[in-house]
Amino acid sequence: MTARVGIVMFPGSNCEHDVAEAVESLGAEASIVWHGDSSVGQVDAVVLPGGFAHGDYLRPGAIARFSPIMRAVEAFAANGGPVVGICNGFQVLTEAHMLPGALQKNRGLTFLCQTVELEVVTDRSVLTAGVAVGTRLRIPINHFEGNYTCDEATLEELRDGQRIVFRYVDNPNGSVGDIAGVCNAAGNVVGMMPHPERASDEMLGSADGRILIGALLASAGASTPAAGAAR
Amino acid sequence: MVEVTLRPGIADPQGTTIERALPALGFERISGVRAGKSFRFEVDAPDESAARQEVDDLCRRFLTNPVIEDSRVTLEKVE
Repeated sequence: MTARVGIVMFPGSNCEHDVAEAVESLGAEASIVWHGDSSVGQVDAVVLPGGFAHGDYLRPGAIARFSPIMRAVEAFAANGGPVVGICNGFQVLTEAHMLPGALQKNRGLTFLCQTVELEVVTDRSVLTAGVAVGTRLRIPINHFEGNYTCDEATLEELRDGQRIVFRYVDNPNGSVGDIAGVCNAAGNVVGMMPHPERASDEMLGSADGRILIGALLASAGASTPAAGAAR
Repeated sequence: MVEVTLRPGIADPQGTTIERALPALGFERISGVRAGKSFRFEVDAPDESAARQEVDDLCRRFLTNPVIEDSRVTLEKVE
C-alpha cells in the first residue's frame, strides 16, 4: 500500500512543496492540507513543515497552534498516527504541548543556515524506526530559534524515556544536551530542527534525509502505527 | 499592560549582547540586562479582579510560553 502523507500549509509555511517532493521521490503520495481545514483527510502520516507560520508573530508556532487544523492533528496523533514537525513545525508542536520544551533564539543570536552532522540517539520514533542508533547523518539546518530548552526534570525524562531522537555532533545553536530532535512517549510525534527534505538528493549535497523520510513512510505504511511506534 | 520576560535561569542572548555593548558607550555601572516585550490593550471587565483573571488566563495560554517566559500584569483604569 502506498503511504499517504498530509503536509500542513500554514500562512507563511515555505517547505511544504520540498517535503512533498521528497515524499513523492520515495514513491509515496503527498497532499497539502490547508491550516484552516478541520480534517487532515485520509492520510497515514502528517508533516508540519518549515517556514514562518503566521509570520512567527508573538513566538514561532504560538499562533499556528490555534489554527483549526491543529485539533485534527492532535486527534490524529492521539490515535497513534505519525506526526513529524520539521523546524517551524517542531516549534508549532512544542507550542501545542504535543512535545515538551521550547525553542528559543540561537545562542549566538545569528540565523544559522548550514549543513550539520546529526547522530541518531534512539530508534524508537517513527522517524528513526529501523535506523541504527549512532548513525550519523548530514542534514541542513536553517533557523534563528532552534536553541532547544527545557527544565532539568524534563531533560531527565527525555533521557530516561529514550525520547531524544537526534543530537548535534557539534552543537551549533546552544541547545541543551545538544538536542536536535525529540519525540513523545509513544514515539509517534517527532520534532526536529534540521530539514531532512533538504537532504533528499545527492544533488542537494546530501541524501541522508531519505533515510528518515523512508523510515517515516515505513511507519506510516504499517497498519497500526501506534503499535508499531510503541514496539 | 503585560510585560513578558524570560524566566530566571533561561539564557537571554539578546540581553547579554546588549549588556556587552554598554561599556563601549560609557555605561559602566549597568548589569543584569534582560530583554523582553510588552503588550498594551484594553479589557472590558466589571472590576479589577475580573480583568486580572482574564489577563492572567491570556498570559498563561497565549502571551507567554510558560516553559521559558514569565509575565507581569499592570492594570490601569480607563474611562
